[in-house]
Amino acid sequence: MTTPVKQHLIDPEICIRCYTCEMTCPIGAIEHDDNNVVVNADVCNFCMDCIPVCPTGSIDEWRVVETPYTLEEQYEFDELPEQAEIEAAPAGGDEGEADPIAALLAEAHKGAGGKARAPLTAAKPAVNMYTLGKPAKMKVQGNYRLTDDPSHDVRHIILDPGALPFPVLEGQSVGIIPPGQDAEGKAHLPRLYSVSSPRDGERPGYHNISLTVKREDGGLASNYLCDLEQGSEVEVTGPFGSTFLMPNDPNARLLLICTGTGSAPMRAFTMQRQRGGATGGMTMFFGARTPESLPYFGPLKKIPEKILRQHLVFSRLPDADKEYVQDRIVSEQDEVAEMLGDDRTHIYICGLRGMEEGVELAMTSIAESIGQQWTALRDVMRDEGRYHVETY
Amino acid sequence: MLDLINVSYDTQIPNNVGLSEDKKVLKALEKWHPGYINWWNDLIPQNFQESMVYLRTAVSVDPKGWAKFDYVKMPEYRWGVLLAPAVEDRKIPMGEHLGEKAWQEVPGEYRNMLKRLIVIQGDTEPGSVEQQRFLGLTAPSLYDMRNLFQVNVEEGRHLWAMVYLLQKYFGRDGREEANDLLVRSSGSEDAPRMLGAFNEETPDWLSFFMFTYFTDRDGKMQLESLAQSGFDPLSRTCRFMLTEEAHHMFVGETGVGRTIQATIEAMNANGITDPYDINKIRDLGVIDLPTIQKKLNLHYTLSLDLFGQEVSTNAANAFNSGIKGRYMEQRIDDDHKLNDATYPVTSIKDGKILTEDVPALTAINMRLRDDYVRDAAGGVGRWNKLIAKSGVEFELKLPHEGFHRQIGVFSTVAIDPDGNILSAEDWQKRQGEWLPTKADGDFIQSLMVPCFEPGKYASWIAAPKVGIDNKPGDYEYVKLHMA
Repeated sequence: MTTPVKQHLIDPEICIRCYTCEMTCPIGAIEHDDNNVVVNADVCNFCMDCIPVCPTGSIDEWRVVETPYTLEEQYEFDELPEQAEIEAAPAGGDEGEADPIAALLAEAHKGAGGKARAPLTAAKPAVNMYTLGKPAKMKVQGNYRLTDDPSHDVRHIILDPGALPFPVLEGQSVGIIPPGQDAEGKAHLPRLYSVSSPRDGERPGYHNISLTVKREDGGLASNYLCDLEQGSEVEVTGPFGSTFLMPNDPNARLLLICTGTGSAPMRAFTMQRQRGGATGGMTMFFGARTPESLPYFGPLKKIPEKILRQHLVFSRLPDADKEYVQDRIVSEQDEVAEMLGDDRTHIYICGLRGMEEGVELAMTSIAESIGQQWTALRDVMRDEGRYHVETY
Repeated sequence: MLDLINVSYDTQIPNNVGLSEDKKVLKALEKWHPGYINWWNDLIPQNFQESMVYLRTAVSVDPKGWAKFDYVKMPEYRWGVLLAPAVEDRKIPMGEHLGEKAWQEVPGEYRNMLKRLIVIQGDTEPGSVEQQRFLGLTAPSLYDMRNLFQVNVEEGRHLWAMVYLLQKYFGRDGREEANDLLVRSSGSEDAPRMLGAFNEETPDWLSFFMFTYFTDRDGKMQLESLAQSGFDPLSRTCRFMLTEEAHHMFVGETGVGRTIQATIEAMNANGITDPYDINKIRDLGVIDLPTIQKKLNLHYTLSLDLFGQEVSTNAANAFNSGIKGRYMEQRIDDDHKLNDATYPVTSIKDGKILTEDVPALTAINMRLRDDYVRDAAGGVGRWNKLIAKSGVEFELKLPHEGFHRQIGVFSTVAIDPDGNILSAEDWQKRQGEWLPTKADGDFIQSLMVPCFEPGKYASWIAAPKVGIDNKPGDYEYVKLHMA
């Protein structure tokens, strides 16, 4: 039996025959007659160059087939054929084993309890523009220490892609390739870091990006990054991630829950919402050991309450009881409950995996107080692209 | 090294032509910029200028980068100067310079001819924005409003593209021409736009769709033939503009298609089978098919006039000197010089319409018009498929090329849509059967009520099959600013 294959087709009922795809295809896989525009399955290599240039959306059609439709068959289409029932679906179509970055992201998003979806009004992310074989070279524009705690070195690192296009959205990650080789003499694999700057750049219009990096004992990539000097060059892959994104709707409300460097995407969201004049408001629960070890403690203080309501929570203050984010969420449950009941609310959780359980418990009890079952509510929110978890 | 793919934002004007290192042109463009912004701001009603519109902007001219979607206020749209990547070692594809290296500078002997072509092309771009300025107020949906504004900002960018060429390559008179582009204005008594179709009104949304389908398609054909130019900067400019022009074709074809769809759905829902039962159909809040045919007749024939005289020595000179080619020149299998070739052209002799062979060089306009007619017929065929599928018996037709013409051999005679010559008297009597009357216009106008609720559409138009950028049906394409 032949193995089923994925075939690229064009919807003849939506296509307007402008032939832009045909002119764009770098390998001549697309052709037309007086009737239809068609894709040669023997030639198409899924490079996707034709997808964004199509003005109609007719180009983004795929069928899994045992035998690809020939050009002659496609020229006769009046409408697209239905997807036939095919028993053995081809492997590796989804977030999968084959792609280590996708596997890493899937692991990080696991805490959401199901398949993550981007917010409906999120901008469309560019992904995988730069790879291990073809990384972007960026220049270090700055490397600043964010914390005063000697045992807790968190850095704000600004990278400049120069003339390279590196379109990145808030919430996306990039891969950093540490130089050198591993024990087997192979190049190191990239490590993922969330971008902490908004889409048009750390400085508006400059398209530079910032990362928030904590130095880990013996950490290969984190020590490499934290020691970088201004002017040095870094190899970057990505951008990655197409679900942990912010809504563009200015009226959306954001509930941000994070610890430590999990604040990176939250910083990006906040800056973008400030620059874009968003009106829906944001509430943040941000946990750290002490004010000295909380990244961006200074800049956060300057953001007005109207834009970002802040609950900074500390677990190691000398003359206070230990308090974790979930404790504060519970003590502010009226506010959280009100947000849970509003379908404009989008929740983002980012930080160490250990926080997940406590936050889940807190949410369960708050949801109960408004007569909702948390897991059901969470699943609805997640399906609507309003519930996002990224933990490590 | 100069980066020619990616858009640079290091000047006020996004570009991939190294503007920051080209101080003279940069200065000229920066001087021109405020006038442009004023023109834009005076044009479109203020609450739309303040609204957030889900628009497509190019971040680079390669396929992956030129369709980035996001909310933006129109006056903050990044109008830029974008040229398609240079083709290495490009040769002039036609005329007496065939096979010579493409020009990177303007050849002195063709300076005036080139400038005139660029000015005419440039003049159409702001013209259409002016014609469409009030349509936002009666948009049948936020989806359509977004499409209108996308067309408008891209026409604005096309003006930028032509102005860049004028400023960069034509010295002082180029600058003066660039300024005049902002002085002329559609429908103005003192300083109208240069071409007739761009001084006509676009009074309603069906006109807008017909305009983008038929008149913007003339633009597409002109751009296609200028993309063949031996003057390489013009060729590269036009090639990138064509990718944007495709969106305008899309708005037109789907707009008319959706109008037809609403009509046939309403007819079927109410058991009306006769497409000529006009009053009953109109009572359903949709536009009857015969009136759609009249609108088609009008916009198609205005657009045919844009191709100029059938036999033209100007067109011959432009081709021969390598300034302007034919549609898909590189796919045509001939000598690309046309010194001995002939081409059939229609003319009128002794009161009869006939075809005669003329030297192909002088028939360049006619050939482009024939290519246009073929291209335009495709969408009409697809509209007819919609109608056939619904069971309604009606077929839209492109009228005879001689019908309702103001320019060319047919301008002196009256011809009906089937190609029969009429007396002036008969024409007067019968033109209301074929062209929209004032009453038709009033009826269409009565349907032009705004519908600004996300996912909702005015009665006379169906929802699109696919959202822009794959967005769901109730996506809020425009976040209206409520003053």
